[in-house]
Amino acid sequence: MRLWNWINKLASPPHFFRMAGTLTPWFLWPATALILVGAFGGLVLAPPDYMQGEGFRMIYFHVPSAYLSMMVYVIMAVSAAVGLIWRIKLAHAVAASAAPIGASFTVLALVTGMLWGKPMWGAYWVWDARLTSELVLLFLYIGYMTLRSAFDDTSKADRASGVLAVVGVVNIPIIHFSVVWWNTLHQGPTISKMDNPSITADMLWPLLTMILGYTLFFVAILAIRVRGEVLTREVRSRWVGEMLRESIDDKRVE
Amino acid sequence: MTPRRRRMVIVGAIFLGVATAVTLGLQGMQESMLYFRSPTEVLSGEAADGRDFRLGGMVREGSVERLTGDLEMSFDITDFENSITVRYTGITPALFGEGQGVIAIGRMEGNSVFRAREVLAKHDENYMPVEVADMLAQQQQPEELSTESSTN
Repeated sequence: MRLWNWINKLASPPHFFRMAGTLTPWFLWPATALILVGAFGGLVLAPPDYMQGEGFRMIYFHVPSAYLSMMVYVIMAVSAAVGLIWRIKLAHAVAASAAPIGASFTVLALVTGMLWGKPMWGAYWVWDARLTSELVLLFLYIGYMTLRSAFDDTSKADRASGVLAVVGVVNIPIIHFSVVWWNTLHQGPTISKMDNPSITADMLWPLLTMILGYTLFFVAILAIRVRGEVLTREVRSRWVGEMLRESIDDKRVE
Repeated sequence: MTPRRRRMVIVGAIFLGVATAVTLGLQGMQESMLYFRSPTEVLSGEAADGRDFRLGGMVREGSVERLTGDLEMSFDITDFENSITVRYTGITPALFGEGQGVIAIGRMEGNSVFRAREVLAKHDENYMPVEVADMLAQQQQPEELSTESSTN
């Protein structure tokens, strides 16, 4: 019962708005620090690869982007499902705010992969299962955002786009296992084989640092975006009015 | 059934339906989802005659020959059971080399020669510094350690 109360309180927009505002810097600054440390470790400290030489350093940007492009989609789909089933508006707000961030990570993953692919494989793009399914992920994000913007009524947009988000989540295991199920030009998994990663420790730690940094960065950006989304949705509510009045009064005192 | 229960079932049913459809669809397309064919598959007649396809495998050790100082070259692609000789004119990517994974795009010329118009290097999932790679090579085959030229 206590947990239920806590969830209800968390899902109340004014409470969430305040809490997200307080928490954002606690994610943003560690994220910045981790990304700086990871980038230095990856670009300077890590030794060149035995096959790829210096070119392998693209992994430090490509893998975190690709990981988050999928992770964000799962978060978006779960939020949308929670919103659909329990009719929690905040969950829909989270899903709507996550989409552009996920789309950005997908673009980053595709672009860094292409820049690496040209010198290493000999081609920017090939239509193998991994690359194609990641491109489908980008289209899912774009489709989700386009579908939302097609509705004037927010709750209708929530419902229609929520179904699309839930349906699209089938693509996530396809992306992940594409390199195992089919033969592809893209290489197989390196670090997700937890027991025995195919990368040495001095190359691995900057990568894990970058992944953690990117993840915290995502949480911070998501918090900022959800606050904006909540404000837009609740613009006519009493708590937003009171908050605005207070901030105007503060300005007057100054 | 409460309304919430009903919504849960609907969302679950939509998801399961789409997942099933996609799974069946991908099963049906299994053949065309494969990015390349192995020499064994090609020699047993699985690739269409006279049409472009992708041939993938390892570049057989000692098979790379550069002809006439031109960009003309030939090498064997092997899957350790069968191999096919590939002829190619052009520049190879950085990771191309003997013992490396490779994918050639082109078509069969006769029964045993593959004429490639594009050659892609396939990278594997292993990352390590040069020293570690040397150490591994020494452990595995101390007598065969050749001073093969690096591909970079």
